Amino acid sequence: MKHLNPIIWQLFVKIQLWTLTSLTVSILVFIIFFILFNGLPQISWEFLVTNPTDMGRGGGILSAIVSTLYLIIISLFFAIPLGIGAAVFLTEYTREGRLTKIIRFGVECLAGIPSIILGLFGFALFVMSFGWGWSLISGGMTMSIMLLPTIIRTSEESFKAVPYEYREVSFSLGLGKWSTITRVVLPSALPGVVTGIVLSIARCIEETAVVIFTAGSSLRFPNSIFESGRTMAVHFYILAREGISMPKAYGTAAILILSILTINISAYLIMRYFMKRYS
Amino acid sequence: MKEKIIEKILMILACSAIGILALITIYIFKEGLPIIIKVGINDFLFNSKWAPTKGHFGILSMIISSLAVTFGAMILGIPLSLACSITLAEFAPPRLMLILKPTIELLAGIPSVVYGFLGVLLLVPFIRDYLGGPGLSLLAASIILAIMILPTITSISIDALQAVPLLYKEGALAMGATHWQAIRLVLLPAARSGVVTAIILGMARAIGETMAVIMVAGNALKIPTSLLNPVRTLTSNIALEMSYSAGDHRTALFATGIILFIFIMALNVLANSLMRKK
Repeated sequence: MKHLNPIIWQLFVKIQLWTLTSLTVSILVFIIFFILFNGLPQISWEFLVTNPTDMGRGGGILSAIVSTLYLIIISLFFAIPLGIGAAVFLTEYTREGRLTKIIRFGVECLAGIPSIILGLFGFALFVMSFGWGWSLISGGMTMSIMLLPTIIRTSEESFKAVPYEYREVSFSLGLGKWSTITRVVLPSALPGVVTGIVLSIARCIEETAVVIFTAGSSLRFPNSIFESGRTMAVHFYILAREGISMPKAYGTAAILILSILTINISAYLIMRYFMKRYS
Repeated sequence: MKEKIIEKILMILACSAIGILALITIYIFKEGLPIIIKVGINDFLFNSKWAPTKGHFGILSMIISSLAVTFGAMILGIPLSLACSITLAEFAPPRLMLILKPTIELLAGIPSVVYGFLGVLLLVPFIRDYLGGPGLSLLAASIILAIMILPTITSISIDALQAVPLLYKEGALAMGATHWQAIRLVLLPAARSGVVTAIILGMARAIGETMAVIMVAGNALKIPTSLLNPVRTLTSNIALEMSYSAGDHRTALFATGIILFIFIMALNVLANSLMRKK
């Protein structure tokens, strides 16, 4: 191989690299099209606004959609203030030092904890110790822990992207630190922060292991956050794994994929808009 | 005065991340440790007889299965993701990169149950028909996991490659190296710690993945001797038995969680210290 002309060698490598890259991209495209191709014909207005009947064999997925929405709202309700607060502290109130290092390490570790461990934890703490049972509130609280690292990191990045002059101008006009943050830094960094929140919504939609352990899998329409609920991902898992109904499974999967696609694309667009503004 | 109070509140919020991490650690250990003490750490780790209702709590086969599945995923996933990251960071025109990077990151957004579902539907029958065995196997789980860790490794590696100062590459090119020689001899070594971090984080993701693995791995309680054997990993053991477990059985599942937790934390600390070095 050593004697080969480096330019021919490079061509050879390039072809290989492009082949592998196209393979990866085609896997993704295949997954999305396969699910949408089989699932879209199952979706109708009926499917979205009726409750499932007969274990999910009939009806639609209304209760699953509502449970998913509850889960998103509850987990964001806890994760947003906590995450943004932490990010503000890390970027605006401290210099890099021992404390920020420890906090960052904690956030990294939290991000690395697999969902099954979080599920066990949520089960032990909220479901058992707090006595909330399998409920949307237990699920939402556990999910908020999962979202925290994402929100902290994206908010931190976007605060850092706000030029320092903005703060200096605000200080020179006599605004205090807190007013500067709420009136100058936060509004400028908002698109970046929103991206993190939008991506968190996607995490709530796709998560299964945490939810099944903490929110349970009751198919009934949830009337309060202290009731158990089955999110779309969990519903899909049960339909597919227990072979209850393939058409309904495909339909649910298509809804899942469509929402994830929409969310990711909008997050990407918001982020691009944000980057353009500060570069 | 008001400023001081706000700062204190924000500090408490920031520290809550560590508090939660501590709480998780304490809870998992508190719930799981009793059974490890009861049966002894040796019997728990190095015995492969798992029959919790009859008082046998050995998780050796699951530890080996978890490691095997992860190893398989790495063998398939690393070349694929490195190829993607090199192509995107170096060879792809910037415009294409702007589309392809988020596209690959989208792979991370697809729910793991969907991967598992497609695995059962397409991959498992393929393995059963063409390679033999039950189809639900170590191989199927490795392939699915390899796809799932692609975005993690790819996007972190791209960042690592792009963080290498342009001067390095220009220097190599100026000395007459081809683009590929510059990548292999200068860029990749310079980005090594970032790429290794990416691989470690991918590994942590693979070992912790649950739902997709349950669906395609077959979940048999045996030490695998072939790629086509069905296996049960640490994660799937917890998820499969949690719903009907009680007493010692439930404690043992938390104890399985402790072992998994230790694996993951070790990988995280390793990745973190590598990132520091950079």
